[in-house]
Amino acid sequence: MAEAVANGLLAGAAYALVALGLTLVYGVLHIVNFAHGALLTLAMFAAWGLHAAFGLDPYLAILPMAAGFMALGYGLQRWVIGPASHGDDGNTLLVTLGLSIVIENALLALFRSDTRTLGADSGFDVVELGPMLLSRPRLIGFGVSLLAAALLWAVLSATDTGKAIRAVAKEKLGAQLCGIDPRHVYAVTFGLGCACLAVAACLLLPTFYVNPRVGNAFVLVAFTIVVLGGMGSIPGALVGGLFVGVVESLGGLLLGESLGQLGIFVIFILVLLLRPTGLFGARA
Amino acid sequence: MSLLRAESLSRRFGGLLAVDGASLEVPEGGLIGLIGPNGAGKTTLFALVSGFLAPSGGRVHFLGEDVTREPPHRRAALGMARTFQIVQPFAGLSVRENILVGAYLRHPGREEAVRVAEAVATEVGLGPMLDQQASALTVAGRKRLELARALATEPKLLLLDEVLAGLNPSEVRDIIPVIRAIRDRGVSILMIEHVMQAVMNLCDHVHVLASGRMIASGPPREVTADPRVIEAYLGHGAAARIAAQGAEGGAHA
Amino acid sequence: MSARDLWPGLALLALIALMPFVASNTVLNFLLSALIVALAAQGWNILGGYAGQLSFGHAAFFGMGAYATAILQIRYGVNAWAGLAAGIALGAVVGWVIGALSFRARLRGSYFALVTLAFAEVLRILANAADFTGGAAGLLIRLSPGVENLQFPSRAVFLWLVAGTVAAVLLLTAWIARGRFGARLVAVRENEDAARALGVDVLAVKLRAIALSGAVTAAAGCLYAQNFLYLDASIAYGTWISVEVLIACVLGGAGTVLGPVLGALALHGVGEVAKIVLGQVAGPVPGVDLVVFGALLVVGIAFLPRGVMGGLRRLVQRFPR
Repeated sequence: MAEAVANGLLAGAAYALVALGLTLVYGVLHIVNFAHGALLTLAMFAAWGLHAAFGLDPYLAILPMAAGFMALGYGLQRWVIGPASHGDDGNTLLVTLGLSIVIENALLALFRSDTRTLGADSGFDVVELGPMLLSRPRLIGFGVSLLAAALLWAVLSATDTGKAIRAVAKEKLGAQLCGIDPRHVYAVTFGLGCACLAVAACLLLPTFYVNPRVGNAFVLVAFTIVVLGGMGSIPGALVGGLFVGVVESLGGLLLGESLGQLGIFVIFILVLLLRPTGLFGARA
Repeated sequence: MSLLRAESLSRRFGGLLAVDGASLEVPEGGLIGLIGPNGAGKTTLFALVSGFLAPSGGRVHFLGEDVTREPPHRRAALGMARTFQIVQPFAGLSVRENILVGAYLRHPGREEAVRVAEAVATEVGLGPMLDQQASALTVAGRKRLELARALATEPKLLLLDEVLAGLNPSEVRDIIPVIRAIRDRGVSILMIEHVMQAVMNLCDHVHVLASGRMIASGPPREVTADPRVIEAYLGHGAAARIAAQGAEGGAHA
Repeated sequence: MSARDLWPGLALLALIALMPFVASNTVLNFLLSALIVALAAQGWNILGGYAGQLSFGHAAFFGMGAYATAILQIRYGVNAWAGLAAGIALGAVVGWVIGALSFRARLRGSYFALVTLAFAEVLRILANAADFTGGAAGLLIRLSPGVENLQFPSRAVFLWLVAGTVAAVLLLTAWIARGRFGARLVAVRENEDAARALGVDVLAVKLRAIALSGAVTAAAGCLYAQNFLYLDASIAYGTWISVEVLIACVLGGAGTVLGPVLGALALHGVGEVAKIVLGQVAGPVPGVDLVVFGALLVVGIAFLPRGVMGGLRRLVQRFPR
């Protein structure tokens, strides 16, 4: 039981990182990025590709991957999502849906639906911690996730860019009057969200598999976390992520694997339906 | 008989008591003003009366019926129509289609509803603009559209939330007779208004709300001379200063 | 405005109905699939286009119709026509239930889109796991041609049936768009508060919209099952149908009478062409049509904000008669 809780916490850290990217984009751009899952899949394929082609260790790939996805996210928001949506939330939703369909099916066309893994046995390394056996890659993932979250927090609270992001999130027009270009800030925020995904992808790869639909499972978990923790709230995403990780781990222990897949959707629906209207009832 | 009776309505937002035990009545055929400084809670009071907000305390009676728990659309069906201070047009629709939504409340058939909608449009001076997109109207046009849609529901009571705000003096002058004509054909009106010229001109009775409380009510001339009202608008001691100035002016004359 | 869209639509369907006399079986198969998608899209259009509630999970209704028709025939020996009727009714009920749950919880915009997607996924997983629905192996409807079994020896008759259904829904949509219910749907889409102030019961309007929408899309599911006589969870409840009907409507013109039909025919055509072209270069490639659909969605929103119908209308207005 304690081991299940600990494993849940470790898995939850990766969820939290995925949710962090989602909630950041929501908090600033006030849009639900429907392509989040597909972008995570893309990141996992990229990390897998780097390993397969150049033998690059996923942990060493974290920094270049984060930089690359930051740039990709910036470009997507600045030159695709932003201009195509004409400032309408419904359009943004549809545009990100379109992107997710393109990415997911392009990967499907290129790599077919086969499931791939790193193939290394490092995925099964364990660390003995008191009475518990914990997976080493998950332990590393936990640490790096928290580090990344702390780094993001620092960027948002201390740097000028971070201040500009928070200003635009609170009051777009006011920020604009202060000489901030919201299009740039939106793109940077979207880039940061994608960088979170890149880090999460590198951390997930050693213990997980890759196929063109792998992101979907994560993204629904991430949406659940974000709704649970409060749309736009960074601490909410962290705590929610860890919580859902534990719930899933215990659920898997008690209910078995196949129903676990169903469970996450049911929880998602229940969270949306039963959530008191305070957080998003006003103007969704 | 009073058409609308609001009894000690309150509404709390967190720690702020936006409306605090406010009561008012609109008699059948009345044209009643609701005035008060910015932030007094007038629009909140309107939302309570029309059902868009649930009161924290108090009751609303309409046509002798307790409607405190009725949703807005039921109140509209009973004969209570409202406009919005911040205009809420169906932006993607034409002026005719906008008004038509209101007209359908009493006329399920299209031909009849269109006839009513066009008649109302003519009444408020939107006749020539029926085919325009609502989003293409000027501010004055949008205010008229708000009025027209509400009228198309054939209300017994019309709640007007600052229909004159943002209009220039000549536009105000144009719309005052429209409002009077609506009252003269039997629709009772409760209006929030800042344009005092209009209030003095139109209303037979005025309620004054300040910091959520009703501080005065009576005929417009009496109310605007009330020291409490002057202080609510201009600050503590203002009434005394004005009275002193008035006395001085009188002495010089 | 609706009547002007209606006649070209009916003419187009009449033209399609004449195709069996000239076209090959391949063309007829294509038209059948495209019209079934068009029908499902017409259902989406009532909720998403007119009432403005974007659903990402219309597969829930499509699958409901398909499975109801199939299971009633296979397991209970119910007549296929009765199965069709039951499937349509079930679509309406499921729509009403999903609507009652989510609209009462005041979900709209992205949240409504997400919750509809989740409902469809739950149904897919359940249908894939349960024995009742044939599990992952799927269901086969026994081949027994005969009018009473809703199976026809020639493709032409089935094509006429589907085209007739699409035409009927076209008439229904035009009738709704002209009347009070249509005006209220659009009012809810444009501004809920204003609609409420004008006496519109917003929740009731949304519920009627989603029930009707569910029924029409379920009808498409029933006809799909009868046409192919086979279905499994990833066909009936798969995201492909949710995505295709949404894109068909958005590209064709959401909230117009003819938009979904034009959109579905065009989209399906483009998808087939993409498959054929790429297939000749690289052999069969999965998902290539969806890549094109997704790209078209982005491009369409960027450059044709009101769909093909909106674009046509603007063109017509530019040249006043």
